Amino acid sequence: MTDPLLPVDAYLVKSLPEIWFGAVLFSLGMYVVLDGFDFGIGMLYATRTDERERETFLAAFGPVWDANEVWIVAFGTMLLAAFPRVYSRLLADNYLLALGFVLALVFRGLGPELREQRDDERWKRYTDYAFIGGSVFAPLLLGMLAGRWLFGGATLPVALTGVGLVAVSIVTGAAFLAARTEPGLASELRPYGIGATLAYLGGVVVLLGTVVLTASGGAADAVLSLPVAAVVALSIAVGLGGSVLARRGRYRAWLASALALPTLLTTLVAILLYPTIYPLTGLLVREAVVSPLALNLVTVLGFPVLLLVLWYFKFLYGVFSGPIEGGGYGG
Amino acid sequence: MGPITLLGAIDPGLVTFLSPELASRIQFGWTISVHIIFASLSIGLAPFIIYFTWKDVRTNEQRYARLRSFWVKVFAAGFVMGTVTGIPMSFQFGTNFPQFAEVAGELIGGPLAFEAKMAFFLEAVFLGVLLYGRDRVKDRTYVLSSVLVGFGAWLSGFWILIVNAWMQTPRGYEMVTRNGMEVAKLTDPFAAFLTPRMPWMYVHMMNASVISVALLVAGVSAYIVWKKPDTEAWNTALKLAVVLLIISAPFQAVHGDAYGRHVEDTQPQKFAAMEAHYETGQADLHLLAFPKSPEGLTDPRAENLVTVSLPAVGSFLASGGDFDAEVIGLNEYEENPPVALVFWSFRFMVGLGFLFIGLALWGGYLMYRGRLSDSTRYLKAMIAASPFGYAALLTGWYVTEIGRQPWVIQGELKTSEAVSSTLTGAEATLTLVAFVVLYVGLILTALYILKWLVREELRSLGLRESSGDRWHGPIPWVSSDD
Repeated sequence: MTDPLLPVDAYLVKSLPEIWFGAVLFSLGMYVVLDGFDFGIGMLYATRTDERERETFLAAFGPVWDANEVWIVAFGTMLLAAFPRVYSRLLADNYLLALGFVLALVFRGLGPELREQRDDERWKRYTDYAFIGGSVFAPLLLGMLAGRWLFGGATLPVALTGVGLVAVSIVTGAAFLAARTEPGLASELRPYGIGATLAYLGGVVVLLGTVVLTASGGAADAVLSLPVAAVVALSIAVGLGGSVLARRGRYRAWLASALALPTLLTTLVAILLYPTIYPLTGLLVREAVVSPLALNLVTVLGFPVLLLVLWYFKFLYGVFSGPIEGGGYGG
Repeated sequence: MGPITLLGAIDPGLVTFLSPELASRIQFGWTISVHIIFASLSIGLAPFIIYFTWKDVRTNEQRYARLRSFWVKVFAAGFVMGTVTGIPMSFQFGTNFPQFAEVAGELIGGPLAFEAKMAFFLEAVFLGVLLYGRDRVKDRTYVLSSVLVGFGAWLSGFWILIVNAWMQTPRGYEMVTRNGMEVAKLTDPFAAFLTPRMPWMYVHMMNASVISVALLVAGVSAYIVWKKPDTEAWNTALKLAVVLLIISAPFQAVHGDAYGRHVEDTQPQKFAAMEAHYETGQADLHLLAFPKSPEGLTDPRAENLVTVSLPAVGSFLASGGDFDAEVIGLNEYEENPPVALVFWSFRFMVGLGFLFIGLALWGGYLMYRGRLSDSTRYLKAMIAASPFGYAALLTGWYVTEIGRQPWVIQGELKTSEAVSSTLTGAEATLTLVAFVVLYVGLILTALYILKWLVREELRSLGLRESSGDRWHGPIPWVSSDD
């Protein structure tokens, strides 16, 4: 072997494993934020019966959902690249949940794709069921998967994490649509967004309370720590503040605060996990990470690309900014 | 689990599940088979999309706008299907083969992550622009989007095949103990990413995708031209597809032949399975090999084959110059892949390959005579041949993947050792059934989408299909029944 271009025995920077822990959760966060509002749109879609409104909803996420969905693949493959043991144990231990989640994604993706292929009422109804069902079950099952990751087998916290992700998706979906559609529709969506915000905040408090009361030592201590308290307090402030903004019709500001909620949720996941990366196995970030050469390589090749990807997203959302109408973007 | 428990209560014998390993293997094989059709559709359509988009923007001719709009819709449908079938596949590394993910994570995780970040995002983001952004971006950006989408598809294949090629001819790692388990540690990235198999596989696979899509485009064009001979757009598409076939089909045969020798070098067991060669010894190079008796269909063996061969040339090629050199036979190994499957898949693929060359030559001759669109016989042949590219592509994959058994990582990790230890036969079987049902639905859906698009196209060309004018050909999706 020739002289290595990259350090073989040491990480490029000492904290590279922690940086990757952050990067993996960043990808998960991007997914929860971006595909989250797609799921929200899918669930709110169920409340609309007017064909034009439904088409507006579909147009709202048509050009971007494919790209949004890639973040789950980025998350999975980055987890595999940096922490293969966590990837394999997490998915193997939660076999049915994981496959249920991807099946829900299949239905969510197919529904709108198929809907436009045929001008037939019954056809549209069935494809709508697939779309709405997929939009409900994907965040529910993903949330439950995250709950199992964080809390192991405890039923109530796992279920609450799933419901929490559903609620936060409704918040972001409603805010996204409100900011991008005409005021009339926005004011109709507002109550759903505010209701979901309150449900979400209540759910987080109940969930953490349950963990404190039922879990032994470690998990309870983690929940009672200052960073967790700070994130929860911030979430409550942002959630309530956003609801007030929504009531005043300041939808762009509402959207900004709504997007902060899933971001804070992912931060909460990171805080609750660290320094372990899979609490159920007691595995620490440092123990689960791959060897220096492999991690250095994915860092050097991967991080510039990650920046490029963020630029693509800025471009994509720039191209499709502006109000959405039933006819789509005129494509 | 309700119905299963019920069945079990009636008769415990009714509830037999496949073993977790077998169910996982079938599930993965089935998932990847469906996924690969859509993935290669993107790869093969990319050059067409780029060409049509570029010509459309540059010449402003109606025919290119028509072709672009049609094939971008097919591409988009294929991309959605590719995504929805690809995500479950990537999850299956963890859900069904966690030991494989853990042992090989350090080697395969990087390329898979690069695939997502470098290729998949590129494709997904700019496909959004390509589909919905015609009036929102400048012409140049629009053409560039089509190039980026196509580039993304080809780059995606590159990273995925790095992983697969590594599994076939693993290099650049050493086995170490981590967290109490033997895992592969990356020692040399160049060796690991650019394995001996990689260039062979990449060229063969990309070209196979081009052939498959050229046949598909030719088939759809032939159908429309057959219905409406004076359509300028679809005559252009037909010509383009046939030209692409004339280049790619013979190339695949020449390349495949050399690839076979490389397989013989690096995976002698797979090669022996392809030729049903059991006894180690001097080997002929079989140009054709078929069993003499019906039993040979399920258990082909070299001594019971009718062959057309070049004597001792197999040895000559395997050893690099020695006609008497020994070629390893299947009897040398304790466990062998399902030989019949590999043997027949290989013959099926090669046979179709020659059929494609024939179709290409025939098309070339007609084009030379200026009669490509006039020959109803040729148009019908191309319509009938349109799904065959995929049949060849799939059987080629079976040779590659089934031929590697019992190994998931050649010489390092067996498939049986890679399967989840916590997975039950019931879970694996039930999800297998779910995947089969769902994906059959997906395939039918994809075919229906294509059918609707074709029908829509015929309408917009001013042709209403009357029932008396229906196609009664061999492919159900082009017949109009509603």
